[in-house]
Amino acid sequence: MDKKEHTRRLIVKPLDFTFGETEEDALLLDCGKKLTKANIRYETYGQLNHAGDNAVLILHALSGDAHVAGYYTENDEKEKPGWWDDMVGPGKPINTNQYFVVCSNVIGGCSGSTGPRSVNPETDRLYNMDFPVITIADMVRAQHRLMKHLKIDKWLGVIGGSMGGMQVLEWARLYPEQIQCAIAIATTPRLSPQSIAFNWVGREAIKTDPKWDNGNYTDTVPDKGLATARMLAHVTYLSDESMKRKFGRVLQKSKNYSFDFNRDFAVESYLEYQGLRFVERFDANSYLYITRAMDYFDMSASAAGNLTKALAGVKCHMLVISFTSDWLFPTSQSRELVRALLNNNVHVSSCEIKSSYGHDAFLLETETLGKMLADFLRIQREVMRNG
Amino acid sequence: MAELLRKELAERRPDLLVIADMIPREDGVRVLDLGCGGGSLLRLLREEKGIHGIGVEISQDKIVKCIASGVPVIHMDLDNDLMFIENDSFDYVALSRTIQAVRRPDLLIRQMLRIGTLGVISFINFGYIGIRWQLMINGAMPETKTLPDHWFDTDNIHLGTIHDFRRLCSDIGVNIVREVPLGNSPFLTKLNPNLFAPTCVFVIARR
Repeated sequence: MDKKEHTRRLIVKPLDFTFGETEEDALLLDCGKKLTKANIRYETYGQLNHAGDNAVLILHALSGDAHVAGYYTENDEKEKPGWWDDMVGPGKPINTNQYFVVCSNVIGGCSGSTGPRSVNPETDRLYNMDFPVITIADMVRAQHRLMKHLKIDKWLGVIGGSMGGMQVLEWARLYPEQIQCAIAIATTPRLSPQSIAFNWVGREAIKTDPKWDNGNYTDTVPDKGLATARMLAHVTYLSDESMKRKFGRVLQKSKNYSFDFNRDFAVESYLEYQGLRFVERFDANSYLYITRAMDYFDMSASAAGNLTKALAGVKCHMLVISFTSDWLFPTSQSRELVRALLNNNVHVSSCEIKSSYGHDAFLLETETLGKMLADFLRIQREVMRNG
Repeated sequence: MAELLRKELAERRPDLLVIADMIPREDGVRVLDLGCGGGSLLRLLREEKGIHGIGVEISQDKIVKCIASGVPVIHMDLDNDLMFIENDSFDYVALSRTIQAVRRPDLLIRQMLRIGTLGVISFINFGYIGIRWQLMINGAMPETKTLPDHWFDTDNIHLGTIHDFRRLCSDIGVNIVREVPLGNSPFLTKLNPNLFAPTCVFVIARR
């Protein structure tokens, strides 16, 4: 690759796909309600080839969006690239010169897809708390509509970390014939009580913010509640070791303790910053809905708690990756998944990558992760071509 | 591809060729390779016989290699994690030049025969004359091609002889179905494997 191409920005454009205009076309949700006139915001990278065997779907995590890589502008220096830019792009591990990459915002989200802050077509007002409670499977069913719209018969790969990994597992269960391989990173086959507990506290922070107003806030958003939820969640994405390395007990401004309750420590300042930044780009009601969807996620539920039975239909090749310092979705949870897949004679590989970054490692350990994903996709493409 | 790999292994790991030849080309035969390294055995089985086995490996670097050559591999520690695999889920469980590096070889053998019908083990024979010679003449722990490390930094913490292995199997109620000693001289190797075979491949089964 020449240097010019290396430095040139990958420019992408957000796209929209609307479905469910009619009653029959509406998306039937797990809660029993129907979602009509739903929009999916998505981005694509690279070209779908004639054989249609190079399509890769990437699923984002709780706070992610459709903008997985690249830039929207040619030369805005302040613009940051997509959330997995080290992994996706021309010449990157998920090489967009070879693969047609699709990433969409989940329904219930707040980055272009229909969610609680969208207009309810029945009332012409914002859904807010009238938005139906969605599940991870609902998100996947909506993505399946997008797949049909894009005229893709089979994904070469579906790839996701954290909540994206949960969607990967639902894809493998719901549409086994339409996936060649699935890569589930830093995820779990069912959300643990510990994670449910963290989600609960985060939601309580939002709901007890007076500005939340039962979800009916207008211009004054429940920023304190959402920022607190984010700060709490952010701690769960790091590790003791990474926090020690990054902040230590360093004081942010002065050399001495302030002997009051304003922020003294660098770690406090960092969390505060993360909270503030999050409020700028994320919606409080979406946070409630998406964390609830994660709470309800249990792959074994479809077989009365028997994970092996629930995964009996899985046909694709799978790669399950966890990280040593991830205590939110620890390796033991990935291993439960691997065990159930082995019991079903699924071609599964697993690796616990050494990392000190905690749960966030799936965004940061791009070197090891990149090599594994690139190799796995390359082999799977050969397998798919040779039938 | 397969020929090249076979040639390379004949040099480097002849025991893997013996193990591969013991596993029949049957539809749906299930193979688990414990301590599979970079996946050579499983690649050979795939390319020569169309058998799609699964490996178990503890080293991240070796797992990366397996994935690059399309060999399914599970990240596990043989000392602690094998109970995650169900009873009778494999036909063949292979263990090549690894048994000396686990904490409890006896427990691992039991695990192998719980998981699989047959166990195939390639065993480094510490009774081999070359090793005995070094120990006797130098009075120091032997260092050989297959055991290249020093006594203090080696992973090989449970070295034994062919005699020791046979006795262990007898003590824990395991049948030795086949025994294929590998040595330079077929005559001497057959005559006294414990003295003349640096490596021996055993096929074991439940009694």
